[in-house]
Amino acid sequence: MRNDADHAALLARVLKRQSRLGLAVAAVFVVVLVGLPLANMFSPASVEFKVGGFTATWLFLGVLFYIVTAGLAFVFVNASNKIEDETIAEYRGKPKL
Amino acid sequence: MIPFLFVVLVTVATVVIGIVATRGAKTTADFFVAGRSVSVGMNAAAISGEYLSAASFMGIAGLIMKSGYDALWYPVGYAAGYLFLLLFIAGPLRRFGAYTIPDFAQGRFDSPSFRKIAVIFVLFIGFFYTMPQMKGAGVTMAAILNWPYAIGIMVVGTVITFNVAVGGMKGITLVQAFQYWAKLFAISVPVFVLAAVFGSPAPDSGVKNSVAGLPTVASGTTVKVKGSAAFPANVLATPAGGIALVFPKGAEIEKIAPVRKLAPNEKLDGLARPSEIYGMTVAGGGAEGLDKLKDVKFLPGTRLTSVPIPVLVDGQPLMKDGKPVTTTMKFEFATPTEVRMEAVDGSPDSPVAAPNAPNDKAWEHPFGPLTSKHGYPLLYTYSLIIALVCGTAGLPHILVRFYTNPDGRAAKRTTLWVMVMLGAFYVFTPLWGTLGRAHMPELYANNTTDAVVIKLPMMLENKLLGEILSGVTSAGAFAAFMSTFSGLLVSMSGAFAHDIYGKMLRPNATGDERMKAFKWAAVGVGVVSMVLGLFVETFDIATMVGWAFAIGAASYFPLLLLGSWWRGLTSTGAASGMLVGGVASLLAIVTSMLLDKKILTMDVSPLVRSLLEQPAIWGVPLSLIIMFVVSKLTASQIPADVDAKMLRLHAPEELGMSKNYE
Repeated sequence: MRNDADHAALLARVLKRQSRLGLAVAAVFVVVLVGLPLANMFSPASVEFKVGGFTATWLFLGVLFYIVTAGLAFVFVNASNKIEDETIAEYRGKPKL
Repeated sequence: MIPFLFVVLVTVATVVIGIVATRGAKTTADFFVAGRSVSVGMNAAAISGEYLSAASFMGIAGLIMKSGYDALWYPVGYAAGYLFLLLFIAGPLRRFGAYTIPDFAQGRFDSPSFRKIAVIFVLFIGFFYTMPQMKGAGVTMAAILNWPYAIGIMVVGTVITFNVAVGGMKGITLVQAFQYWAKLFAISVPVFVLAAVFGSPAPDSGVKNSVAGLPTVASGTTVKVKGSAAFPANVLATPAGGIALVFPKGAEIEKIAPVRKLAPNEKLDGLARPSEIYGMTVAGGGAEGLDKLKDVKFLPGTRLTSVPIPVLVDGQPLMKDGKPVTTTMKFEFATPTEVRMEAVDGSPDSPVAAPNAPNDKAWEHPFGPLTSKHGYPLLYTYSLIIALVCGTAGLPHILVRFYTNPDGRAAKRTTLWVMVMLGAFYVFTPLWGTLGRAHMPELYANNTTDAVVIKLPMMLENKLLGEILSGVTSAGAFAAFMSTFSGLLVSMSGAFAHDIYGKMLRPNATGDERMKAFKWAAVGVGVVSMVLGLFVETFDIATMVGWAFAIGAASYFPLLLLGSWWRGLTSTGAASGMLVGGVASLLAIVTSMLLDKKILTMDVSPLVRSLLEQPAIWGVPLSLIIMFVVSKLTASQIPADVDAKMLRLHAPEELGMSKNYE
C-alpha cells in the first residue's frame, strides 16, 4: 500500500518528465510556426526560390508541413510511451521514487 | 443526374452502415462513448471523418483559389492543432474517463455549477459549427440539382438525426470512419484525373493564360451574380485592363465605387471625358443614375464598358515607377442577375481578365489579399494560426471522441494517426485551388470559389467523365456535412441527456432513462439545427466555422490545458477565463462581421479591425491570464484531493489510478 508521499512523488515526476517532453516538442513546432511568416516577411528570397513550379515556401506549407508535424507527433508518442513504461517500472520496482 | 446518383449512393451507404453498426449499441456507455472500445485505426478515421467538414472539403480549396498562399495556413492550422492536442490534452483527457467534456469540468473541480457553464459552451460551439454544415448541404444540392436551399438541409438533417437517435456514438463511429475514406477518395482521385488532363497544378500555372498577371475567361462567359443580401459576395470588381459587361436581363446596382481605396488627397477625374463617366460607357439598352454612382439601373441588353481611369493628386496624375496610377470601378449588385463578360474591343477571340481575381503576384506570394486587407499581415497571420491551432484543441465534439479509446496510450496513438490522415487529405486542397484559378476563373466573378471542387470537373471536354467526377466530389461534400453533423449531434445530445437531464434535472435517472433522453435530445437538436440552417444562407461557411474556432480557442483550450497541467486552477478561475475569453472573442468576431456587412458603420483603425477579425492573438492569452490571476485569488477553492485528480489524469492506467465513469 502506497502512502500520499509516494503518490506526490509519482505525480511530481510524471508531470515534470511529460511536461518537459511536451514543451520541447512544442518549442520545435512553435519555431516553425513563428519562423516561416518571419522568413516570408523579412527574407523572401530565402524561401521563394522555385522547386518544380512551386516556390519553396508553397511547397513547405502545402506539403512538407504535414510531414514535419506528423514526424514530431511520432517522436512525441514514442518518447511519451517510454516515459510511461519507465514510470510503471520505477513505481512497481521501488518502494519510493 | 449523375452527381445526384452519387449523393444518393453515399447517403444510402451512410444509413445502411449506421443501422449495421447500431446493432451493437445497447448500453449507456455504447451511446455516449461507444463502449470505450474503439481501436486506434477506427477512431483515427472516425475523428478525421468528423473533423473534415464542409469548410474543409469545399471551403479550403475555394479559399486557396480565392486568396492563394495565405489560405494555406487554414489546412495547416486545422491539422497542426492536433499536435497541441496530442502534446498536452489527448492522453490526460482520456484518462479522466468522463462521458462528456462538462463531466471533466465538474469532476476536475468538484463544481456542479461549473458544469453548467461548460454545457452552455458545448451547445454554443456546437450550434455555431452546425450552421455552416447545414448551409453546405443546402448550397450543394442547389448547385447540383437546383433544389431549393431548404431541401438539402432537410435531407442531411433527417438522415443524420435518424442515425444518431438510433445508434448514438457507437452507431456513428463506423459511419464517420467510412466517410473519412469516402472523402479522401473524393478529394484525391478527381484531382489526379484533372491534373492529367489540364497539366501542371503548380501555383504559377495560371500565368500561362494570364493577361497582365490575371487569369482569363473566354469572351462571352456568363455568370450569375448575387444581390445585396449576400454582401460582400455581390461585388464585382472590374480587372485592371478593363472589361465589357453585358446585362441580358438588366441589372440593379446599389453602388459603384473605385477598386482602389483612395487616400484623402487622391481624387478621380471621372467626368473629364464627355463620352465617359468614370471610365464607363454604355451601349445598347440604357442606364439610369450612372453619373450618381448609386442606385443605378441598367436596362436589358445594356453593354457597359469599364476602362481604367487615372488617379489624381492635387490635380496631377499620381505616378508610380514612372507610370500613371489608375483604377477601375467595382459594382455592388442590388439584386441577382446575369452578367456576360466580353473583351473591351468586342472581339470574341480576345481573352478577358477575370473580375475579382487577385493578380499572380498577390496570389502566389505570402501576405496577399487575405492577410494584408487591414494593413497588418504578420499580425493577421499569427492570430489566424493561433485561432486554428488552439481552436482545434478546444472543440468539444472532437474532444469527446477521445473518450471512446480504451486508454490514454491509445488516445495518443489515435491523435498521431489523425494527423497523418488529415495531412493526406489536406495536401490535395491546394491542387484544387491552383487548378481552379487556371481553368475556371469565372468563379471569381460571382464569388463562388467555394464551389470549385464541385464545378471544376465539369470543365472537362469529356462531359460524361466530368459528370462522374463531379458526382464523386458532390458525394464527398455530402459525406463531409453528414459526418461532422453526426459528431455535433452526439456531442450536443450528450450534453442534454447526460449533463442537463442526467446530472442536473434527474440525477437518479437510470441508464435506460438517460439513453431515452439521448434519443429525444438527438431529435430535438436535429430539428433545431435544421431550422437554424435555414437562416444562414447568406453567411459565409468559413466565417461561421471561424466563430466556433475562436470561441473554442479562448474557452475550452485554456481550460483543458491548465486543467490538465496546473494544480492551482480553481473552478472560479477557469469559469472566469472561459466566459471572458470566449464571450470577448465572440463579440469581436460578430462586430467584425457587422462591419463587413455594413450594418455597423463606425470608424475603426486598421489595427483594431485586424484584432476584431482575428481575436485569438489576444483572446487566448486573455483567457489564460484571467484563469491564472483569478485562480490565485481563489486558491482556497482548490479541491483537497487535487493530487489524486492529477494522478488520474497523468498516471498510466497500469498503476490503477485512472477511473472511468459508469
